[in-house]
Amino acid sequence: MERFTTLVGIAAPLMDANIDTDAIIPVEQMKAMDADFGKSLFHGQRYAADGTERADFVLNRAPYRKAEILIAGPNFGCGSSREHAVWALVGFGIRCVIAPGFSDIFYNNSFKNGLLPIHLPDETVAGLAAQAAAQDAESPTAFVVDLVECTVAGPDGQATRFEIDPARREALLEGLDEIGMTLKHESDIRAFQAADAEARPWVYGNAFRLDA
Amino acid sequence: MAATATLFDKVWEPHVVATLPDGSVLLHIDRHLTHEMTSARAFENLRAANRSVRNPEITVCVQDHILSTAPGRDDDSYDRGTPFIRALRQNARNYGIRLFDIDDPEQGIVHVMAPELGVALPGLTAVCGDSHTCTIGAVGAVAFGIGTSEVEHVLATQTLVTRKPRRMRVVFDGVMAPGVSPKDLSLYLIARIGTAGGTGHAAEYAGSAIRAMSMEGRMTVCNMSIELGSRIGMVAPDDTTFDYLSGTPYAPKGEMWDRALATWRALPSDEDAVFDKEVRIDVADVAPQISWGNSPQDVIGVGDVIPDPADGADRRKSWERAIDYMGLQPGTPIEGLPIDKAFIGSCTNSRLADLRAAARILDGRKVADGVRALVVPGSASVKRAAEAEGLDTVFRRAGFDWREPGCSMCAGMNDDHVAPGERCIATTNRNFEGRQGPGSRTHLASPAMVAAAAVEGRIADVRKLMG
Repeated sequence: MERFTTLVGIAAPLMDANIDTDAIIPVEQMKAMDADFGKSLFHGQRYAADGTERADFVLNRAPYRKAEILIAGPNFGCGSSREHAVWALVGFGIRCVIAPGFSDIFYNNSFKNGLLPIHLPDETVAGLAAQAAAQDAESPTAFVVDLVECTVAGPDGQATRFEIDPARREALLEGLDEIGMTLKHESDIRAFQAADAEARPWVYGNAFRLDA
Repeated sequence: MAATATLFDKVWEPHVVATLPDGSVLLHIDRHLTHEMTSARAFENLRAANRSVRNPEITVCVQDHILSTAPGRDDDSYDRGTPFIRALRQNARNYGIRLFDIDDPEQGIVHVMAPELGVALPGLTAVCGDSHTCTIGAVGAVAFGIGTSEVEHVLATQTLVTRKPRRMRVVFDGVMAPGVSPKDLSLYLIARIGTAGGTGHAAEYAGSAIRAMSMEGRMTVCNMSIELGSRIGMVAPDDTTFDYLSGTPYAPKGEMWDRALATWRALPSDEDAVFDKEVRIDVADVAPQISWGNSPQDVIGVGDVIPDPADGADRRKSWERAIDYMGLQPGTPIEGLPIDKAFIGSCTNSRLADLRAAARILDGRKVADGVRALVVPGSASVKRAAEAEGLDTVFRRAGFDWREPGCSMCAGMNDDHVAPGERCIATTNRNFEGRQGPGSRTHLASPAMVAAAAVEGRIADVRKLMG
């Protein structure tokens, strides 16, 4: 997984509540296995029916076309579990989403792809969004997200601390392979299954084994 | 485990393989359900990393999302699904996993077929790369949706690194009025606590209305858990559960069944178990519900009017946008709004009880002119059972298309679309912008309400069609 330490970049405000993963990437754009999902990010809002860009959508405007941070309303990423939503954000170039709340599944999916979700109180997010919205198209000032210090600062330079699980932070900082880490517990898993198969043999059995 | 434990604790705790330094846990997964749409990249990455499927014998592959529901379908009937269907078949073959293929007599929407076959059982942990995995918590399992990276993690390790959610109890007490169904209870609940009302929590549904409810109804209620933000929804197993599972193809048999049953009877929450959050609803207050906007919390009773954004407080902006997208007028009754399509299906409402409820309304009636109506049974087993009691004839005679099992029009996964600007009343779970196709307008309701609307050609109060 790609490492995340600090990010200095443009932030785009998209302050709707309950932005669902169907909005982040509609199912129609998931039907090609190896598509560039970044092109389909927010497809319904970003493109008109004829495929041209809608000029009024934030990610189609300068300086936000180059955004690496998205600032959004509460309950971001609700709905479908599709990891394509994270792939689309990352594919576009977004590495950090700041919101006053995330759906549980989206939140988990983010970490697996080097996307940092930052959960902050409503007022703080609103303040950052206002700064993002006030940026000049030609000479915007960047936001700074620092995962080492766990702070985010808008163009006003005021750093705000955010909370994050220590293990998740470390995994992002180090770009750790979670499956590789879990496989180090192989003996625990084997011991668990051996004991469990005694206690609950009906769980294992061979119900779905092809050679049963 | 605490001296007093909830159903959720009793299932979760024994599955903890290891507690990690930061307090997260390695949770054993007893059933891994995979489908063609979200597993392809997981298998691909697994192969690229030179890893294998750790426990293929407790993993299943199901074709359900991106396939045609047309009678006589094959791999190529919906060509955009063909590569996904073939990839899943190949992956199942490569790793020795039981595949429920498109023509399998046990194929179906994964959340419909897993409980009805006994793939899902009380006390189990189950995951699937689909947010509606919460459905199968209705049998007393801890079941939740995961992303593709986590699918890969479970394939490789049969575990997940996760954190224990908080516990929430929703108590539905009382008796549902005629014309009211489990779907209405869920919509009513979400309208009250919002789509983030259960975020971070595992929900247990309890109360006299749940105890009196069929397994199919409980699955509908658990299915909608994710729409209130809860990844997990559960109902304590009881005789209704055991009768439903007994004799299913993959449930334990004979002496093994008795042994399992003894452990399952100990699962219900202890009398004095403590929940982090509790919601109580008197179901006698619930009328047939219908969604009007683009969030499952935008729900009103069928006798109510479209709300005025001026009354929406912090929801004002989203209400204005939804009213515009949905082509509505604030203050006007929702009853009487003309529809273009009616859809009965999805992991929410495609089981035999759902089809019966709709058929009771449709019997001897016709779908209104200009309305296209579609019914997609949730599984091959549901379809056979429905045909055995003649429900297909009732639907066909009324003017509904009778289809093959799959996710279909719920999510615009295949060619069953709602066209831009078209209004569809559906038994599904999400009314997001563009959910059933770009520009589609979705109203969520119960199977009986969808049948009533199909007949009237407009949103209708099902109680007026009941004799």
